[in-house]
Amino acid sequence: MSVRVPRFGHGSRVPGWDEAVDLSKDPAVVPDPATTEVPAELRERVQAAMAKYPDRRSAAIPALHAAQEAHGWCSPEAIEQVAAVMQLTPAYLSAVATFYDMLETQPRPAHHDVYVCTNISCSLRGADAVHEAMVEAAAGLPDVHVRPFECLGACDIAPMASVDGEYVGPLSPEDASRIVEDLQAGRPVLPSKQLRLRACADPGVARGADSFGPPGDRAPRADAAGLGERGDERDRPGPSAPIEKEAGEP
Amino acid sequence: MKLLFDGIDEPGLNTLEVYERRGGYRSLRKALSMPSEEVLENISDSGLRGRGGAGFRMGQKASFLPHGDMDKYLVCNADESEPGTFKDRELMQKSPHMLIEGIAIASWAAEINRAFIYIRGEYEQQARILEAAIAEAQRAGYLGERILGSEHSLSLVLHRGAGAYICGEETGLLDSLEGKRGNPRLKPPFPAIEGLYHGPTLINNVETLCTVPHIIRMGGKEYAKLGTETSTGTKLVSVSGDVQRPGNYEIELGIPAREIIYGLAGGPPEGREVKFWFPGGSSAPVLTREDLDISYDFDSLAKAGSMLGSGAIIVVDESHTVLEVMHKLVKFYAHESCGKCVPCREGTNWTLKMVQRIQSGEATPMDLDIMASVQEEIIGNCLCVLGDAMAMPVGSMVAKFRPELEAEIELARERSGAGALQDVVALGVADEHAGPIPVH
Repeated sequence: MSVRVPRFGHGSRVPGWDEAVDLSKDPAVVPDPATTEVPAELRERVQAAMAKYPDRRSAAIPALHAAQEAHGWCSPEAIEQVAAVMQLTPAYLSAVATFYDMLETQPRPAHHDVYVCTNISCSLRGADAVHEAMVEAAAGLPDVHVRPFECLGACDIAPMASVDGEYVGPLSPEDASRIVEDLQAGRPVLPSKQLRLRACADPGVARGADSFGPPGDRAPRADAAGLGERGDERDRPGPSAPIEKEAGEP
Repeated sequence: MKLLFDGIDEPGLNTLEVYERRGGYRSLRKALSMPSEEVLENISDSGLRGRGGAGFRMGQKASFLPHGDMDKYLVCNADESEPGTFKDRELMQKSPHMLIEGIAIASWAAEINRAFIYIRGEYEQQARILEAAIAEAQRAGYLGERILGSEHSLSLVLHRGAGAYICGEETGLLDSLEGKRGNPRLKPPFPAIEGLYHGPTLINNVETLCTVPHIIRMGGKEYAKLGTETSTGTKLVSVSGDVQRPGNYEIELGIPAREIIYGLAGGPPEGREVKFWFPGGSSAPVLTREDLDISYDFDSLAKAGSMLGSGAIIVVDESHTVLEVMHKLVKFYAHESCGKCVPCREGTNWTLKMVQRIQSGEATPMDLDIMASVQEEIIGNCLCVLGDAMAMPVGSMVAKFRPELEAEIELARERSGAGALQDVVALGVADEHAGPIPVH
């Protein structure tokens, strides 16, 4: 069995770097803030993040998140801008960006992310079939990106998926086409299966009793989390973590 | 008895108004009216053991922090990534103020003035809810300078991770919070002596901290009456896998596991039986159907050769093979190993190759011996417990389901046409008691 390691351009294992990076610049030198242009909003967000911690380096992840939102991914340009504001070397920030799955180090077009959990609890309940159906439903659609995922922390709705950050489940393979339709129509995805609308499974919670037993007929009820059914579209953050990358993927 | 889940589904519990109406922040007032030593004493008296996985006594951990006027830190570990665990998610989503109150009290007990919540990056909704709750608590004076007119001050910052299982390990989490790659550190020094920014640091799980307001409200000694003598209190268990009603349940420690799996979660679907179960997340050695009557507490599970861990019960019924579960498990740990130390980095990837070898029909029963021995080499030889977290359940599966795995090997060999095992049998390897063949 051989695992294909993706290599790019001049044999680099860091994808997307070779076209974008300016090889004349030293990654181990802090960029000159006087000559590095940084969008005002990004600068503000990075500075606000730095102010929250005793050590400015702690802001590396929030700052790279902000840069990713501004640039679409942690491009060398984005990293240089953050480095200039934080007064760190681009090499330091690249080391951080490549460690974490949620920080993208390769160019990606705008798209919806569908992450299907395929870890133990979900796979026991048929996650692999859901993943296959999802891949099939999204085949040929450049704006829907389906990936298998490690445990997303929602085994109570297994098998589940995180669709642009919205947890939905339990899913059956038949839900796959509906997810794609909802995404393309810009509707909330599978509103009846969203995790945020679920009541606690513990029967004692509703009854206030200390005895154990099967729950009675409880209608699914209003959102206890205080989020509207449609969510707050305005400040909806980016997609959740792409934990698992396929080996052959550029 | 419901403590953490008392009224958890009340609409708007995530807002300060509803939380206060239900008696919220009264424990904080009570704690701040006591000397910090007395608060710590209550926590110690309660016997509360960490709910994140290690089960270390919280009072003892907090008492390790040096006294004196210095920068000390409290870090709430909300990087809930252990497969099968989803209790902290429900707590943070529905009752964020309970966590904030717990942090405020715990920080007073250990005289800490700076606190951080490290939440996993995937929990976006929960992070937004917490962020809003922290702002509310700040405005109401439950956080900030001189809380409620007392001499205790606390700043609380929510820090979002970016997707890495290893950041749930306490020292990996600290490195990540310091803005580095999330690699675990060599211990000692333990975080209580030298942790975040080299300062003394108290690290506790979300559920542990959420329990603190209840301990203060009831009194430590009263809380200790719940549960068993060495496993006090209530615990959230996340039941998932082959059960009819998966979800979070609050139980009193010490009830039989059967009552959780069958009574609360409904057991496997009609007509199927439990084959094995993980009692405390995917890192816990598996137990079988014979162990179902075990008392669900820290010590009984340890005595049975497993652990309570994060309290996540994953049930596997007869319709699944051990091998397919093992494959998922090993693949996960191989993917999440940070690569800093050799036994884990090599051991997880090597074990994955061995499992794939069984599936492709290349393995012989001898490989199970080698696999078991490699797990032994991993346990206790890594910087953190990620390697052990794979080695322990895999080792237990090989030990408890050897005949089934051997049958799998044989089936796979037949499927792939790799030749029958008779040749191997002739060498005496298929005999359970025979040792591995010496390799020349």
